[in-house]
Amino acid sequence: MERTTIDLWVGVFVALGIAAIFGLALKVGNLTSSSIGETYTVTAAFENIGGLKPHAPVKSAGVLIGRVDGIVFDSKDYEAKVTIKLDKRYQFPVDTFANIYTAGLLGEQYVGLEAGGDEVVLKNGDKISHTQDAVVLEKMISQFLYNKASDNKSSETIKAAE
Amino acid sequence: MLKRLSGVLVGLGHRVTTGIWRIGAGARLFFYIWVYLIESFKRPGLIVREIFATGVLSLLIILVSAFFVGMVLGLQGYNTLQKYGSSEAIGVLVALSLVRELGPVVTALLFAGRAGTAITAEIGLMKATEQLSAMEMMAVSPVARVIAPRFWAGVISMPILAALFSMVGVLGGYFVAVPIIGVDDGAFWSQMQANVDFRDDIMNGVIKSLVFGVVCSMIALFEGYDAPPTAEGVSRATTRTVVNSSLAVLAIDFILTSFMISV
Repeated sequence: MERTTIDLWVGVFVALGIAAIFGLALKVGNLTSSSIGETYTVTAAFENIGGLKPHAPVKSAGVLIGRVDGIVFDSKDYEAKVTIKLDKRYQFPVDTFANIYTAGLLGEQYVGLEAGGDEVVLKNGDKISHTQDAVVLEKMISQFLYNKASDNKSSETIKAAE
Repeated sequence: MLKRLSGVLVGLGHRVTTGIWRIGAGARLFFYIWVYLIESFKRPGLIVREIFATGVLSLLIILVSAFFVGMVLGLQGYNTLQKYGSSEAIGVLVALSLVRELGPVVTALLFAGRAGTAITAEIGLMKATEQLSAMEMMAVSPVARVIAPRFWAGVISMPILAALFSMVGVLGGYFVAVPIIGVDDGAFWSQMQANVDFRDDIMNGVIKSLVFGVVCSMIALFEGYDAPPTAEGVSRATTRTVVNSSLAVLAIDFILTSFMISV
């Protein structure tokens, strides 16, 4: 085969390969959806983070506004210290409430931010003080059973009194 | 009795020393490829020609198998996912299994069968017809002129082929899931994009395919270079290329995966 034909085919081949990697990155991967521009970092302490993992989404009103950067255990307060990277475009008041929610019944866990009413906004390195822990299913069930048992007991005592 | 025992021991020793010799000779060849690195890239025409032979001519088999693998993944995945009421996750399933595992591994296996055997047979026959010795007589290094361009061509072609395999496989899965089965188009892509990470999934797949490219081309080249210069020797070397490449790819895949997935 002639030299230019081979060169042409190899050029097409390499171009296809580059297009495939770009296609994978943009269409299949999260390179577009996770493109959070410049970020600032805030921390939040939780007593229990449940199944929260690094890179988990941070949402407010259901919109992705950042990602969990890292989770470390603080042995002084026995709490989990979660570092969160937020998009610079979004400002939150200092009394913002951070919750850990679960997407769907069995879905992944994410951090939900609910803005407070303060005038002062969170800056890089600030700490969110209002937090709510992840729901632990076992705790909820045991609490439910305990309440149910005490309900029954109280109704029995009422019956006995009658 | 003693004679038979010593015969067994001689056989064992022979196999071990041959094995060690082959590892050493392979490592030496690998070292020489790096020694001639600059020289082989000074003549890019040779590498381009080999990319045509190994990469472009493998395109058809890679793309067709990718499309079928993607379609099968779509059918099988839907069948199971729909039992748990999460048939929209089909996109994630197809994309993750292709990008992480099937793309690099199946491409490497096909590459070993399609291009690796051709390289081994070509170099084995060059050796049998004393073309390599003739080059040495003319003070042309066969490693620089014949071996190194084929090696670099394989290393360049493999990631490109694997990326194309993953992309076409995803399209195959899409073809089955959306128009044929009727999964929602938006859910298919958005779930996929939410769960496939560029660095952790796609780049790790590219790294895998690069390693497989090195391994497959190296085995094919060494088997050809080491083949006994007879018709039988070349045929055996070709068989060994396929067997050794496949085993090496699957074993190395396990090692790489265990590094990439932090448990």
